[in-house]
Amino acid sequence: MDSSSDLQLTASDTHAIVLTLVSALLAVLVDLAPGVAVAWLLARKQWPGKSVVETLVALPLVLPPVATGLLLLDLLGRNGLLGGALEALAFEIVFTWKAVAVAMAVMSFPFIVRGARIAFEAAGDRPEQVAATLGASPLRVLFSVTLPIAWRGITAGAVMAYARALGEFGAVVLVAGNIPGVTATISTTMYNDILTGHDQHALLLAAISIVLAFALILTGEQLLRRTLP
Amino acid sequence: MTSRLVLRQVEIALGAFHLAIDVELQPGCVGVFGPSGAGKTTLLEIITGLRRARKGHIALDDAVLTDVESRKWIPPHLRRIGYVPQDLALFPHLNVRGNILYGAPKSNNGTEPSVDSLIEILDLGPLLDRRIAGLSGGERQRVALARALSAKPRLLLLDEPLTGLDQDRKDSVLEYLRQLRRRWAVPMIYISHQADEMADLCDEILVIRDGKLAARGRPGDIFEPAERPAWRLKRALCVSPEQGHVEEA
Repeated sequence: MDSSSDLQLTASDTHAIVLTLVSALLAVLVDLAPGVAVAWLLARKQWPGKSVVETLVALPLVLPPVATGLLLLDLLGRNGLLGGALEALAFEIVFTWKAVAVAMAVMSFPFIVRGARIAFEAAGDRPEQVAATLGASPLRVLFSVTLPIAWRGITAGAVMAYARALGEFGAVVLVAGNIPGVTATISTTMYNDILTGHDQHALLLAAISIVLAFALILTGEQLLRRTLP
Repeated sequence: MTSRLVLRQVEIALGAFHLAIDVELQPGCVGVFGPSGAGKTTLLEIITGLRRARKGHIALDDAVLTDVESRKWIPPHLRRIGYVPQDLALFPHLNVRGNILYGAPKSNNGTEPSVDSLIEILDLGPLLDRRIAGLSGGERQRVALARALSAKPRLLLLDEPLTGLDQDRKDSVLEYLRQLRRRWAVPMIYISHQADEMADLCDEILVIRDGKLAARGRPGDIFEPAERPAWRLKRALCVSPEQGHVEEA
């Protein structure tokens, strides 16, 4: 890459951008159902071990992403707790695009839970209780009252989770590597560019990241604000 | 509609508060009167099944709703007991029509009140397409009443339904409640700490104090005429050495 081509996107860049966008989307979709379920349990129920689960859910927010990546590598690697079993099924995760999505899913999970939990707590449980007295089964209450009232908060959480996943670096680079055209994301490509002295190209990718992040955070915050009473 | 409600040695403990009730209520409008924190709302929540009693037996007509000893407990959605909580808890994501129709049976089996007649008697026709957020306090009360009644409950529980309304709106909603009673004889349990409302609407009054039944009787036995408000708790019921002071309405 010469200096004039630093301001042009290459095929590897396009792959990295698409991989980042698609992997982040997959991560959020995978997180959505368990994240909303955990948020509902945390917002509505008292149960033994609740504070432990609360802490576990928040852990990726405070742990260095590299540490999370290391744990994932140990878990999903060939000799890991899950990795061996998955390999026996001919399902390889580490250093593939799937590892990108897994790392993003783990890192963005707390954002889904946070958004949904705020929404459930803001709505309170009275509408759900009254729906039950009107003859609605728990499943009908969930789909006709709980989720429709909380949807803005859930969507806001999902948007924030997506934004977080787009920028993920530490966990991704450890568990998926940084293979151009295979597992390199926007963040890891920028890192490569900086290491190899292509600062202008890294800035171009940074600009793309800034535009994406700005739009997503703005959307997420607006949705969250409309959820709060 | 006839609904005889039996609460036999029902008990619940919520922290330091303890509610213990043993009472059999005849069909009609039963008022539950008492100061804040006496256990009125907790009593309604036990009847609806939203709270589980620690002890006791609850039956509506021949149907056992709760029997702690035999571990029988019917969940709220199978009890057919309408509930209008103090905060109304209308569904903000639905319009007025959506709220009213939420619990209405899919097929109208001809039993009253029909949704159409509820909309007519509560003057809700012009509001059907409105969002809940845009309604006044009195309009919200009427929507909550229609929503509870459209599910054709065997018993309707009203928790301070006139709280927060000015006198004109209170009079207006009370008139709607009288009409509902006249037209369909809906059995009700009506909570309030306003003697006026109850003297006007109820056939029987229970006075609850510190989680226990302190007195029961017809409105004339429990309340006495006064200047402002027009009715108040009889002086003889206000103070008892064992149970302390009951706020005057």
